[in-house]
Formats: sequence, C-alpha cells, structure tokens
Amino acid sequence: MRENSEILEEAVSIRAADKVFNPDSDNEVQALLGIDLDVKEGDFISLIGPSGCGKSTLLRLIADLLTPTEGEVKVFGKTANQARLDQDYGMVFQHSGLFDWRDISANIELPLELKGWSKADRQARSGEMLELVRLEEFKDHYPRQLSGGMQQRVSIARALSFEPRLLLMDEPFGALDEMTREHMQVELLRIWRETGTTVVFVTHSIPEAAFLSSKVVVLSPRPGRIHSEITVDLGDRTDETREDPEFFKATTEVREALRAVEAG
Amino acid sequence: MKNLRLASVLPPVLVGITGLAMWEGAVTVFKIKEFLLPKPSSIWSQLIDEWGVLRHATWETGKIAVSGLLIGILLGVLLALITNRFKVLNDGLTPFAIAINATPIVALAPIFNVWFGLTGTFSNQAVVIAVVFFPVFINTAKGLNEVHPNEIELMHSYASGDWTILREVRIPNALPFFANSLRLAAPLSVIAAIVAEYFGGPQDRIGNVITSSAGFAKYDVAWAAIAMASGLGLLLFGSALVTERLSMPWRISGDIKDN
Repeated sequence: MRENSEILEEAVSIRAADKVFNPDSDNEVQALLGIDLDVKEGDFISLIGPSGCGKSTLLRLIADLLTPTEGEVKVFGKTANQARLDQDYGMVFQHSGLFDWRDISANIELPLELKGWSKADRQARSGEMLELVRLEEFKDHYPRQLSGGMQQRVSIARALSFEPRLLLMDEPFGALDEMTREHMQVELLRIWRETGTTVVFVTHSIPEAAFLSSKVVVLSPRPGRIHSEITVDLGDRTDETREDPEFFKATTEVREALRAVEAG
Repeated sequence: MKNLRLASVLPPVLVGITGLAMWEGAVTVFKIKEFLLPKPSSIWSQLIDEWGVLRHATWETGKIAVSGLLIGILLGVLLALITNRFKVLNDGLTPFAIAINATPIVALAPIFNVWFGLTGTFSNQAVVIAVVFFPVFINTAKGLNEVHPNEIELMHSYASGDWTILREVRIPNALPFFANSLRLAAPLSVIAAIVAEYFGGPQDRIGNVITSSAGFAKYDVAWAAIAMASGLGLLLFGSALVTERLSMPWRISGDIKDN
C-alpha cells in the first residue's frame, strides 16, 4: 500500500483531447472528441462503450502509444510522453503478448532486464510477482504450456514487475471463458488492493465494468465522447457480490447508460 | 521413453527393409533389365567397389552444397534484416523475391556457367546460393515482420527503440520461420549442386559420376552415386532439424494446460 498523502494526486488528467486518424484524407476518422477525464490515484476506472467508440484509442493516448490531435494528456502531472519514458505505467493487452521464447520468469523479468537490473534483483522480483499472481510452480514453463487465464496472470505480473503506479488494461479478459474471467476479476481486485496501483481498464462487458470499478466511464461512438461517469461502490467484492442487489443495481445503471448511447 | 523412441523408429525401418526386399525380389522375379533398374544388392556392391571415387565425389559436391548453403543463408538473413529496417525496400523487393523463388532457379545453371566460368566451382556454388537465398530471405523477412501489434506496443510502453525491438522481439519471432526455410533449403542445396554439375564445373563430382556412369551404361554405379547424394541430402536435412531443436527449446516443451 502506498502513502495516504499520495492518494489524492491525479494519476491521469485529460483535457479537451481529440483524436483524428488519417486527417485530411478520404478515410479520415474522428475517433475521439472533446475528452475530459480525471483519474485519481488509487482509482479503478473502466472505459466502456459500443465497439468503435474509441475506448482503446483513449487508453493508448494515456499510454502515449498514440498522440492526441488536439488537447492535453497528463500522467502523474507529466506529459504522457515523459510518463512513458519514465515507465510510470504497466500495460496488459487482450493478447497476452508473452514471448514464446522466454520462460515465465524471463517474461516477467523482461522490463527489468531492459531497465538494466542485476540478475539477482530480477529473480527476487519475479519470484515476488509469481507469488502475487499465484503461479510460483510454473516459473520454468514456457507460455505455450499455460492456459489463457494463466497467461494473463503472467502478463499482469510482468506489467507490475517494475512497480508502476498505473496499470493500463485493454480488454485483458476478453478472450477468456466466463468462469475463468470471473475468477480473474476477483484476482485482479485482490492484486489491486495489495499493490494500491491505479487501474484504467477497457472492457465491453457490463458486469465486468460494474464489478471491478470505482467509476465506469461510458463512451458514445463516432466520434467517441464521454457520455456519462457512473460511480460504483460495492466495497470488498467476492464471487458472492455477483448475486448482490447492489451489483444488480450497478449493472442496470451501466446498461441503461449504454442503451442511451446506442439510441444516440 | 526408450520404448517410445523405438516405436517411432521401427515403422520406417520396417517399411524401408520391406521396400528394399521387394525391389530386389521384383527385379529378380520379373527379370527387369539391369540398365532399367539394378538390384539393391548390385548397387550396394558398386558402392563398395567404387567407394574411393564416390567418397571423393560426395565430399567435393558436399563442399559446394554446404558452402553455398551457408553463404545463401547468410545473404538471405542479411537482406531480410536490411529490408526490415526499411519498409519501402521490403514492400518493393518482396513481390520480386517471391516471383523469382517460384521460378526453377536451377535452370539458370548454364547461364551461370557463362557468367562465372565453365571450369571453376563458383558457377555451381552460385546456383546453390541462388536456390538457398530466396526461401531463406522470404521466410526470414516474413518472420521479422509478422509480429503481433500488441507486442510492439508493449515494447514501446517500455520506451524501447527499434534495435531493442529487433533483438528482443523480431529476431526470436523470426526463428521458427527461418528454421522452416532451412528445412527447405538444406536438401535443395544438394539438388542444386548436382544439377549444376550436369552442366559444367570440375568433372569429379556426384553429378558427373551420375552422367558419365549412365553414359557408359554403368547404371549400378549411377544408382550408387544417387544413393550417396540422397545420403548427403538427408544429412543436411538432419542437421537443419537438429539446429532447429537446439536453438528453440520452447517449441518442443509439452503441454500442461490447466487453470
């Protein structure tokens, strides 16, 4: 857990951001328009919306994998570019992006290797990370030997290995079956509580957004705009929470916002 | 483990022995003329009688095949790395490389004799290099390019530059593609060397032993030379497989999937 004094800081602050793909050409696409978004440190934010609403694009603006056409993106008070160079965030994709040629430990240690950590330090940290995602006994296996859920846990461990203050996740559980997915959600919340990392999570699953988030940001499509922000407070969540009326209320609220978006 | 190995080795060995026996039997029973198809036993006896000539020919042809193979691999990989750095070059060259690769390059052997000389070994070597180069280049370039976009984004999120991405992602990603091309190119190098020898170069090679033996109606010697050539091709193919296994341990590890 991090110091309380830090928790009030803005992790992400986006002002009037637009993103246009292929500007001034026939296939120009206005992906995002007038995005204002604040993410407080320690928050768990979900971005949800119909496909094509630009939620993944928005995540990539925060990650500085794309630059906004207009507007400003700040991460921990710095430009997104500086934050990327400082490696202030870890990233997890739907495609686990684990490298076949590295065993599980070596995959987790990749960012540490690139930062020039010593072998002993790397091994110590990957050991801690494997413990965090509960895969200690698989450290010498190769990714192909693991199930999709296990691969995503490794991917999360890799993203958190260098203790970034922000975790960006792009539909990380989108390719998993429903049971594994629900299990992973509980695991992610545990990791979130244990590490105190701020999370921005892209999903198209209504229950997933409602279950995980402290705030659900609903986007409308073409051009992507923020339609509404729904605050959710389900407290400590377990698998039983999914049968709780409060959870039902939260999913209903998100669902209605999405319907309003679809209706235009 | 040992039983498993035996179980996988036994069927091809049995088929091989049965095949040779049927060949031997068929030639005897149907009184097939020796010049059409000699018996395995007479090929075997020529293999022993002419061992000195065959060994020397195989060694010389092998040197051309292996050196051409290595140079072709080196050039193919180098060009793949260069084109990967410059997208325009890649987009411009790849269609031509694929087109050329689809043509029978060994047909160029007589032309290469004109270009590089009829009596030296370089004309023959050049045919091998050309035959090896294209599949290695095309496959390696594909492997360097076909990286999942998320993997590149991941590396950018670590603030990695192009060289780090090449080293950590593209090159290891290209290894299986390269290995496939090697399995293709290794036996091709022997074929190319022998076909090139039919058209020129020094006269003490497998290709020449085959043509001259056939010319003097010593078909069993020709067949013995073909057997040596097959051995050489298998040896190179086997080396390609061993290289593949050793360089990519992650590809042979078994599954243990479980949630």
